[in-house]
Amino acid sequence: MTSSPDNLIEVRNLRQTIGSQEILRGVDIDIPRGKTLVLLGQSGGGKSVFLRHLIGLMRPLSGSIRIEGEEIAGLDERQLEPIRRKIGMLFQDGALFDSMTVYDNIAFPLRERGLRDEKKIRRKVAEALELVSLSGQEAKMPVNLSGGMRKRASLARVIISDPSCILYDEPTAGLDPIVSDTINRLIRRLQSHLHVTSIVVTHDMISTNHIADRVALLKEGKIHFSGSLDDLHASSDPVIRDFIEGRSHEID
Amino acid sequence: MKFPYSFPVTRAFSLYLGQTALLALETFSSILAGRIRWRLVMRQIVEIGFGSQAVVIVTGIFTGAVFTAQIFFQFNALNMSTAVGPVVSVALFRELGPVLTGLMVAGRVGAAMSAEIGTMKVTEQIDALRALAVNPIDYLVVPRALALMVSMPLLVGECIFFALSASYFVATRILNVNSVFFLHHMETYTHGKDMVMALSKGFVFAIIVVLVGCQQGLSTRNGAVGVGRSTTDAVVISSLTILMVNFFLTMALNIIFPAGGAHY
Repeated sequence: MTSSPDNLIEVRNLRQTIGSQEILRGVDIDIPRGKTLVLLGQSGGGKSVFLRHLIGLMRPLSGSIRIEGEEIAGLDERQLEPIRRKIGMLFQDGALFDSMTVYDNIAFPLRERGLRDEKKIRRKVAEALELVSLSGQEAKMPVNLSGGMRKRASLARVIISDPSCILYDEPTAGLDPIVSDTINRLIRRLQSHLHVTSIVVTHDMISTNHIADRVALLKEGKIHFSGSLDDLHASSDPVIRDFIEGRSHEID
Repeated sequence: MKFPYSFPVTRAFSLYLGQTALLALETFSSILAGRIRWRLVMRQIVEIGFGSQAVVIVTGIFTGAVFTAQIFFQFNALNMSTAVGPVVSVALFRELGPVLTGLMVAGRVGAAMSAEIGTMKVTEQIDALRALAVNPIDYLVVPRALALMVSMPLLVGECIFFALSASYFVATRILNVNSVFFLHHMETYTHGKDMVMALSKGFVFAIIVVLVGCQQGLSTRNGAVGVGRSTTDAVVISSLTILMVNFFLTMALNIIFPAGGAHY
């Protein structure tokens, strides 16, 4: 397989099963550098499973995942570490370390990468918190934060180490429209100012319309559609129309 | 698949043994490679070593006291009351001290490790560590392993010290055994090798508690119910393993440090 320099990530024929269920049945997708790709699909359709493969949290059953031309499918945990330093992931419920304060959570990646200058850490944490509109919440424990605040604090923990790519697992799920909008604007801002490549897994069409440069639809373990936002809205494919308009075909 | 894998229990057991062996391998190779976060080791020593003292001291005091009383009741009938000291002392050093400390620490520390790591697993905190390029074995298992390997022999020593103090008090103050004979006989029949045996057993039990507790935590699934199950399993498996391994350790260590004999 030859890689294109325009693509940060290239996935070919990715397959995965969980138990006896085939979740991914040969996913092929290119993720262009510096753009925001939104991956749509029904709940339980394998979107999060797909996302977890891109940072090596799950190993593919078969297929290939290339990041900047480097195959990661066969790498072990330690070999994956350099890749993981370049890619950040925002987990669905934030996955903040609940034994640490917000400050220590956000400082964690810096300390783990060997930064010892507490003054510098404090400054960077303050900047990251300001970016996610959480200034002044440093001393709180994650358990005392609301769902939206937890997600934003978690995003601060991701962006503090300046990743070139961020994976978002349902960033707006369960949030009110205003907090969702804050997160959408943030994703947009990271992309336009810092040229971060973003892959956003969601089923939120409002969010998709706000942030997507490209859209892909995962259905029955395969990429059913891949194109621009305009292509998505112009499509007459009934599967896509049902998804955009939120229609089910179940009988009342 | 053919025997023995056709039995689900055998298969699950082999899988468990394999996973625990791999965890042991990864943990020790991390330690040997020097991937040690000393700050976390110190914090764990305070939490699991220092924090286990009350449990271990109370266990030691009452085991020493009751064991002394029982031995005295039996031996006094044979006019051998001054033999209480050496019997209690050798039993404490060779078996009761390390095993009881092991069981108490398995209950307190093994359960806590499994619950904490298990909760981190089901709330994706372990995945978050991995995503942040931090190896969970290096960050979670290595500090706990080192902390317990240091703390456990000390806790065993502490348990035995308090057990012997209680034994001395009960024998000489309550049961009127002559204190000079008690101490003299205890000293005559207790050897340095008995102490080495106690500390070696403590060290081995520390490894069992850490590996079982962390393995249970890291393999937790199915939310809160899963955390509960892992915690229970961690205590049950590590306690039973300690009891079984203790027998084989006794047999093996007895070859290196044969029991018995007096030194005057």
